[in-house]
Amino acid sequence: MMKQDYIIRAENLSIGYDNKVIMRNLSFNIPKGDIFIIMGGSGCGKSTLLRTLTGLIPAQSGEIWIRNIDFIKARKREKLEIMKHSGILYQSGALFSSMTLAENVALPLQQYTKHSQDKIDKIVSFKLALVGLSGYENYYPSEISGGMRKRAGLARALALDPEIVYFDEPSAGLDPVSSRNLDDLILEVNKTLGTTIIVVTHELPSIFAIGKNSIFLDKTVKTISAKGNPNELLKNPPNEQVFEFLTRGVKHEKRTK
Amino acid sequence: MVKFETKGEVVTITLEGVLNGNEHFDIAAEALSNKKIQILGKDITSWNTDFVVTLFNLLKHISKNNITYLHLPEGMEQLLHLAFQTPYKEEENLPPSLPFLEHIGDLGIRFCRSFKKGGIFILDSISSWGRQLLGKAVYRSKDFWMILSDCGPKSILIVSLISFMVGLILAFVGAIQLKTFGAQIYVASLVTIGMTRIMGAIMTGVIMAGRTGASYAATIGTMQVNEELDALQTMGISRTDFLVLPRMNALILSMPILILLSDFMGILGGCFVCVLFWDIPLAEYVKYAVNSFFIKNFLVGVFHGIVFGFIIALCGCYFGVNCGRNADSVGTATTNAVVYAIVWMIVMTGLLTALFQVLGI
Repeated sequence: MMKQDYIIRAENLSIGYDNKVIMRNLSFNIPKGDIFIIMGGSGCGKSTLLRTLTGLIPAQSGEIWIRNIDFIKARKREKLEIMKHSGILYQSGALFSSMTLAENVALPLQQYTKHSQDKIDKIVSFKLALVGLSGYENYYPSEISGGMRKRAGLARALALDPEIVYFDEPSAGLDPVSSRNLDDLILEVNKTLGTTIIVVTHELPSIFAIGKNSIFLDKTVKTISAKGNPNELLKNPPNEQVFEFLTRGVKHEKRTK
Repeated sequence: MVKFETKGEVVTITLEGVLNGNEHFDIAAEALSNKKIQILGKDITSWNTDFVVTLFNLLKHISKNNITYLHLPEGMEQLLHLAFQTPYKEEENLPPSLPFLEHIGDLGIRFCRSFKKGGIFILDSISSWGRQLLGKAVYRSKDFWMILSDCGPKSILIVSLISFMVGLILAFVGAIQLKTFGAQIYVASLVTIGMTRIMGAIMTGVIMAGRTGASYAATIGTMQVNEELDALQTMGISRTDFLVLPRMNALILSMPILILLSDFMGILGGCFVCVLFWDIPLAEYVKYAVNSFFIKNFLVGVFHGIVFGFIIALCGCYFGVNCGRNADSVGTATTNAVVYAIVWMIVMTGLLTALFQVLGI
């Protein structure tokens, strides 16, 4: 695959907070239209990697290329251009509690487009309908359930028809049915809009249901210890940690018995 | 009953009879370290979890591989297996405390960093007015009107009540002294000048710091906890323009009106005392109050109010934006917002008073 077919490339990336390195030498490529899973145990640095990829915290060293732009060295205007083509669904939904769902979804449109209010309203209604929240325009986040808040967050993330959508623990706090529905929605968005999806999660059903490619962040070695399709990794686990993670804690000895 | 028997590297612990946690072990935990432990329990008649707790605390530094169980009751053995499944994490040695001079240096560096951070925040907030004038600031006018309604009209009652009481106190305290010279009529002048020049502004500032400044910090701090600030940042929307600018504007606009109200209520409070307690006729009080009302004093009070509004909004927003990501941090941010706002208001009052004195205002 040629370099330009990758929408995100990370090379020798080190991430962490202040002077503390959490993960180092992270190198991976994410093809356009992929559903890419960043997985690993609790506290391994998955969310830190996501925060680094979205520019919320600076990388400690290495390179991140997004849409063939050096994201770390990019100027403010280039970063805004990348942000315009990216949407993020946060763990909590991160909807603005003082705004209705329609106002939440409209905010990126007001920021980045010159559409009339009438057109924005129509786009907002369509995006909310896409995530199954048609008719909920005037509801406040506090008036809907956790699953609906996540879907509304996804509608906001999709407002500008982004090329990349990041998901931070999309299944967290959801019941199994809502979680499955959200997985289906992710697959639909990927299939119909061709959006590249990057998901940070440790929910095994989601990983196997939606993941096309993945990386496994290993806390013990502080770097990526496995790459590939999650189902393939389960069949041929490259190491004990990956096998244990993907089988929900089954130990290597039990496997070999 | 618990018996200990040491043979070379093996310590055998024999458990017998009723075990209820009141047993006394005649061996120290240190004596068992690096030994193989064998626990025998075929003669146990009854036991409870208190005993298991006591036994675990004796053996907790020993690796599970060095402990073997023989004929223990099933429940007890399972409990001990569970308790010993992960090795006991020994306390890490804390790094030695910094020498005195390094400690002072460290404090200095931290102070400089926080000063720089605060300075950048203030400059960014001031420049947001420029962006607003150029029409480049992204914020919702709806938010501004909601915030204005919250810090303006909704504060009227508490500002009125506190100011009335302050006027009342000033009148009481002043009259007691002035009465000794037979000059209690000048209470009207004292209250009028005191309230219009500074007391109205300070009291309104303190009330607004506790009410609105705390609310700003708590609201923005909760947004931080809910990742709403991250969402703003990744949408490329300036936090300062979106959150700080409408709050600053709302408070700076509200303060002069609230100060006007505070001045009036303070003078009314003084009037209440003079007429009811010191037998000063209402007309006399009004006459002296009007004669002591100088527009210059009133404008000085209003100017203080505008500065206080700026300080309260900045402190509330600064501590909110820099809040941690848990509930405890929101509490700390709220407390800091109020404390710092009041401290900086008093510091600014001192500086402005000295400045006006030099300028002869």
